[in-house]
Amino acid sequence: MTDFPALRLVPKADGPQSVKDFKTDQEVRWCPGCGDYAILAAVQSFMPELGIRRENTVFVSGIGCSSRFPYYMNTYGMHSIHGRAPAIATGLAASRPDLSVWVVTGDGDALSIGGNHLIHALRRNVNLKILLFNNRIYGLTKGQYSPTSEVGKITKSTPMGSLDAPFNPLSLAIGAEASFVARTIDSDRQHLQSVLRAAAQHEGTALVEIYQNCNIFNDGAFEVLKEPGTRDEALIRLEHGQPILAGADRHVVRGADGELRIVPRSEGTALVHDAHASSPTAAFALTRLADADLLHHTPIGVLRDVRREVYDVQMADQLALAEEQKGRGELAGLLAGSSTWTVTD
Amino acid sequence: MTSQVDQSEAVDGPGGERRTGPASPRSGPQDGSGRAPKPIRRLDRVIIRFAGDSGDGMQLTGDRFTSETAAFGNDLSTLPNFPAEIRAPAGTLPGVSSFQLHFADHDILTPGDAPDVLVAMNPAALKANLADLPAGAEIIVNTDEFTKRALAKVGYDKDPLADGSLEAFRLHPVPLTTLTLEALKDSGLARKDAERAKNMFALGLLSWMYHRPTHGTELFLRQKFAKKPQIAEANVAAFRAGWNFGETTEDFAVSYEVPPAKLPAGTYRNISGNLALSYGLVAAGERSGLPVFLGSYPITPASDILHELSKHKNFGVRTFQAEDEIAGIGAALGAAFGGALGVTTTSGPGVALKSETIGLAVSLELPLLVVDIQRGGPSTGLPTKTEQADLLQAMFGRNGEAPVPIVAPATPAECFDAALDAARIALTYRTPVFLLSDGYLANGSEPWKIPDVDELPDLRVEFATEPNGADGTFRPYQRDPHTLARPWAVPGTPGLEHRIGGIEKQDGTGNISYDPANHDFMVRTRQAKIDGIEVPDVEVDDPSGEARVLVLGWGSTYGPITAAVRRVRADGGQVAQAHLRHLNPFPANLGTVLRRYERVIVPEMNLGQLALLLRAKYLVDAQSYNQVRGLPFKAAQLADVLHAAIGTLDAEATR
Repeated sequence: MTDFPALRLVPKADGPQSVKDFKTDQEVRWCPGCGDYAILAAVQSFMPELGIRRENTVFVSGIGCSSRFPYYMNTYGMHSIHGRAPAIATGLAASRPDLSVWVVTGDGDALSIGGNHLIHALRRNVNLKILLFNNRIYGLTKGQYSPTSEVGKITKSTPMGSLDAPFNPLSLAIGAEASFVARTIDSDRQHLQSVLRAAAQHEGTALVEIYQNCNIFNDGAFEVLKEPGTRDEALIRLEHGQPILAGADRHVVRGADGELRIVPRSEGTALVHDAHASSPTAAFALTRLADADLLHHTPIGVLRDVRREVYDVQMADQLALAEEQKGRGELAGLLAGSSTWTVTD
Repeated sequence: MTSQVDQSEAVDGPGGERRTGPASPRSGPQDGSGRAPKPIRRLDRVIIRFAGDSGDGMQLTGDRFTSETAAFGNDLSTLPNFPAEIRAPAGTLPGVSSFQLHFADHDILTPGDAPDVLVAMNPAALKANLADLPAGAEIIVNTDEFTKRALAKVGYDKDPLADGSLEAFRLHPVPLTTLTLEALKDSGLARKDAERAKNMFALGLLSWMYHRPTHGTELFLRQKFAKKPQIAEANVAAFRAGWNFGETTEDFAVSYEVPPAKLPAGTYRNISGNLALSYGLVAAGERSGLPVFLGSYPITPASDILHELSKHKNFGVRTFQAEDEIAGIGAALGAAFGGALGVTTTSGPGVALKSETIGLAVSLELPLLVVDIQRGGPSTGLPTKTEQADLLQAMFGRNGEAPVPIVAPATPAECFDAALDAARIALTYRTPVFLLSDGYLANGSEPWKIPDVDELPDLRVEFATEPNGADGTFRPYQRDPHTLARPWAVPGTPGLEHRIGGIEKQDGTGNISYDPANHDFMVRTRQAKIDGIEVPDVEVDDPSGEARVLVLGWGSTYGPITAAVRRVRADGGQVAQAHLRHLNPFPANLGTVLRRYERVIVPEMNLGQLALLLRAKYLVDAQSYNQVRGLPFKAAQLADVLHAAIGTLDAEATR
């Protein structure tokens, strides 16, 4: 059984749990064929592995298709407002170290309206696991371009093509001092769950980007990474401590100028992936490997996983230290202060 | 009666009784000069204003004089007034910072309309404040700063100290800087550092003039500069030199004594509104047994609450300085979901940003305190000045039907009770609650009778622990039949796992529902919950029972309105007074009270927001009297308004 040090303050479940325990009686209302179904099933069947009490698990979401997620998880949950889930979850996680708090968000929710909260949650390193469903489109508002849509994308709001340069969510996360950054794909349950496992083990904020297909407004956006005929060439599967291989006969090397390059295996020595490197340089370079439009050479797996002080732990430590130094607060003494006078009848 | 007191302020105490005795010689606390002691004149009240550059330490000087005055046992009320800029250009009119203090031997309500004494540290301070001075007021100026250049900077062609333009006042020209430097010549401090102690010289002089105890200030200075003992001793030396200067110089022929006030028996301290509010929040946490979680973003004039609460971690108080206003309230709401007493503090512009989250809290029906320290608006407005123009924003500033209760303290000390009351409503009814304070209450201070902790309200709550549905399920929106509050089931409670959100919920189950009849029912039920909140009846002060005019206020106008009412009554006028602490819902008896009077006057520091609500709800012809100058009303001004209203009715009656 996997050990989850990040959950050491969360009460353990009395006995084994099953996927059924995490399903609700609510009718799932995503479009038939949506990638969200696969993610939901993967998460529901992963949760028992954590071995914690279901009632100590909370899913918090914002607004968007992905943000309906909490309704389908039989845990505590809040479907909040657009972009604000990381802020709300921060308050919850910072005041309740006995909870396992998950944020479910999308590319519009997390990177557009809620971009500020996302970067600050990452830099603070609160014990939150953020699942960012990236489908590179606005689904719930019916098909406008998102902050991850490619330049030139024709959508309802960009009939002549989008002018916006997109965000690279993982580059952004590393720039925001994220201590855990990973990417996975909705349809690859085994990989998705391995990334969830690593995220749950991580102490602090984890950002998991999940490539998710919107079959209505942006169908096939990640097809090259899923098709048996193309995926092996397009994907770079990262494993900590393993050489970084690209397709059947290429690998990733660091050039003399420090840049990462994809070259035939006969050239140079493959870079060995170190997710725990304290410097974010290599992880950042990995986030830039893929072709932004074609998605060739897309790394998946855990790009970065480093130990850093955890916000809520430190916050609790400060409270304990204050009590140790000054004693438990005593209200009458506080109200009286140090400078009083007395009036007698 | 001495000429120190502005005659127009003559009636501020109950019945306007004045207790001024003859000048009598008595030695001052530090008199060891061997000279004949100077005469002491008794006053019943004094208004002092310290004014100088933003960097001159006027707020500190005022605070210290206030502490001395509180320690002495006077009743007091203060009005700090400072620019938004931290260091506006030196010597300019916009850079003037002032601190007004009114203290008395009886119960007073306002920082006073006009100063009896102005301490002006430079020409800008003189020019900016002169118009507020009544004839006969004393002016103490730092003559060292009255250079040609400094005078020209604020548009003085001639030196006002020499051209006779100040003849109506009693001018004390004092070379404060020179005297301070002289006193500190052996301190080893550089000239620039020594000069900075001149505010303490001025404080020493004023402390001598009014027989203030000095021990507290010396202790304060030594603590404040504990790591720089040389600076501490220099400030103490300057402070003492100021005192001795008053004692020895011919220019100050008399000193004044304002005896302690006869307040109700009890132990008192001086307290500002923001400090009282902070303590109220800590107390609400203690009395509810819930950990306080403050999510906040720095904003004037609310930041002091964040600063204060961050000192009280040993009460289990968590403070979170968020990335923005929205995250501040979001984190507080998240903590509330987890069972904390969630609080967010801000001012008007921050409320605008928090509106959507307040709406979410209305929909989630979770307890949450939203503290708005109002300031001048719209937009950035006047960050350091006071106003009451967020009432309608608090009342209506959200999408959809999103009622939120509103509590408003009337005085700085009352901010403590208001915090507890806001917490009571939030916890009992599971709702966000607005607490509307303002810049004047926040920074102003007054004596506070320290409450007995055991007599504070019991705010304990019961979290849901068991399923409440007939079928053994948990129904998060099944309400208490009396309060209409829904159960508060916090994560970690087995069997009560549930999902809530901002989408309309089915009554009872809380499941998503788009059903038209259910939405209509839920909207009306949320409104009914707020309408049904128990608030005490509004009390009417109508001693004769014969008044035809009612003056009704809310918030910080209480002081000047009450002072005005006292004046009118002292002049033989009949006026009834009532003051609202609850603006949503209104007290149940408010309609009856309003209809009992022929004329209702509503003074507000906005353009008539409460009057609008009263007219809409009660169909009463409430008459507004408005001012939006960033400053509190003056008692004399409101007394004129009330006299006029009474006069109009009398004239109508005789026609």
